[in-house]
Amino acid sequence: MARRTSTTRTLVTTLAAWLVGFVIFFPILWMILASFKTELEAFSTPPSFLFFHWTLENYATVQERSDYLHHAMNSLLIAGGSTLIALLIAVPAAWSMAFAPTRRTKDLLLWMLSTKMLPPVGVLVPIYLIFRDFGLLDSRFGLIAVLCLGNLPIVVWMLFTYFKEIPKDILEAARMDGATIGKELIHVLTPMAVPGIASTLLLNFILAWNEAFWTLNLSTSEAAPLTVFIASYSSPEGLFWAKLSAASTLAIAPILILGWFSQRQLVRGLTFGAVK
Amino acid sequence: MATQQTQTLGRMLLAPAVVLLLIWMIVPLAMTIYFSLLSYNLLNPGMERFVGLENFEYFLTDPAFLASLRNTLVLVGSVLVITIVLGVLVALLLDQAIVGRSIVRLMVIAPFFVMPTVSALVWKNLLMHPVSGLFAWIMSSLGMQPIDWFAEYPLFSIILIVAWQWLPFAALILLTALQSLDEEQKEAALMDGAGAFSTFFYITLPHLARPITVVILIETIFLLTVFAEIFVTTGGGPGLQTTNIAFLIYSQALIQYDVGSASAGGLVAVVIANILAFFLVRIVGRNLEA
Repeated sequence: MARRTSTTRTLVTTLAAWLVGFVIFFPILWMILASFKTELEAFSTPPSFLFFHWTLENYATVQERSDYLHHAMNSLLIAGGSTLIALLIAVPAAWSMAFAPTRRTKDLLLWMLSTKMLPPVGVLVPIYLIFRDFGLLDSRFGLIAVLCLGNLPIVVWMLFTYFKEIPKDILEAARMDGATIGKELIHVLTPMAVPGIASTLLLNFILAWNEAFWTLNLSTSEAAPLTVFIASYSSPEGLFWAKLSAASTLAIAPILILGWFSQRQLVRGLTFGAVK
Repeated sequence: MATQQTQTLGRMLLAPAVVLLLIWMIVPLAMTIYFSLLSYNLLNPGMERFVGLENFEYFLTDPAFLASLRNTLVLVGSVLVITIVLGVLVALLLDQAIVGRSIVRLMVIAPFFVMPTVSALVWKNLLMHPVSGLFAWIMSSLGMQPIDWFAEYPLFSIILIVAWQWLPFAALILLTALQSLDEEQKEAALMDGAGAFSTFFYITLPHLARPITVVILIETIFLLTVFAEIFVTTGGGPGLQTTNIAFLIYSQALIQYDVGSASAGGLVAVVIANILAFFLVRIVGRNLEA
């Protein structure tokens, strides 16, 4: 039975919801607008909302003066690299725990979760010293390794919750039909596991892209991803708001788009399957 | 039934992840414990010596520790209250019949995907700047004196930024939980003459108890180590007013190069986080049985 809701009520809730959404989204919108203003307009009071001289100049300046693309490439390599390596290690582990569980599987999963709760500051000193002694400071390789290990527990967990939902009967059916483990893996499991793996990849890419503890502490220029690049605007010279906004818009745009596609997986991934 | 063969295979597949995580957990932690017992400053290499628990005594009795502990608790507590109260309200609103719900949802979730350094700098400059920020303009348009946020209310400013980043997380999780609430139960209550408020307090809120617990625990883990937002806006100041434990340890390690004291502080942070982790692991573990 369809519930009848009065039109007035729908109108009121719709208006309220749009207002709330607008207020929450506003800082991002304001930043995007500022990125198209001149520095003077971005700084002026009263502020101009839409009727200003729209310009793309800031985007050009950001690239010219500070080589935005270099840092964007670092972000891509570090977030992408750490996510892919984590997947390579985690897929077999999650597969094993989901399809050949033992008595210790549950404890193992909870132990992995608990490593994620180790606060990064707790190991800042040793990691920094190891990096210094092995010449890994400000290197992409070092950041990829740290972010990969830091996110590994979440990757294993997310994959496990997806793999667990693949019905086991289907494997037995395949085995009856004489499929070997290899065939089983390629023809039966892989197609069913791909959506879960894709979601995991997406969420972890986002987490790694936005990671701002290790990146700020372990990189300065050569390997610096966008988080560090944007942080350099915290000690600015002269008028810089429009340029800050342009650089920020470029830094968050790709992730905002990816993020919007992964809302559902976000809830599931970040609550370790506790809320679906 | 798992055969011998699949069990061996299972162990082999599991090994790389387990070994790597074990190394990742044990090696740095053991080093932190070792350093915490030394007098060790990077500016005086070769002068390390064993001092027992002196670093802990120094760290725990340092007035900066108490100040940063207080700031950490205020920051975590305030952000939790703000995000959960507003998160419940936003989730309830989005659960109603709304035209264009998916677009509103996108707008609400967006702040969560903004990297911390961007949100902090955009809020600090474009919105909260005492002269040219949007808030200053709104306040002076209303005939009020603009507030110099980061000078007058530094910790509150950080709280505002962090709450904005985490509100979407709370709202989205609570909305997901609300959507799994049995509509018939609510309708039955309404038929029986329950008002909107008693429906909320006797049916909706108890249903949200578990997701709220999950939100509290997960947010706490991340909020205990808020770092980038402080790093790019206040640098812990003015004075120690926005220094939390994470930032204090960072400044002892990488600004004062006091490895011993920073390691002792790091262990204190680990202990605090572990107490919380204990509860979270239990809750998630219980869910695993189901």
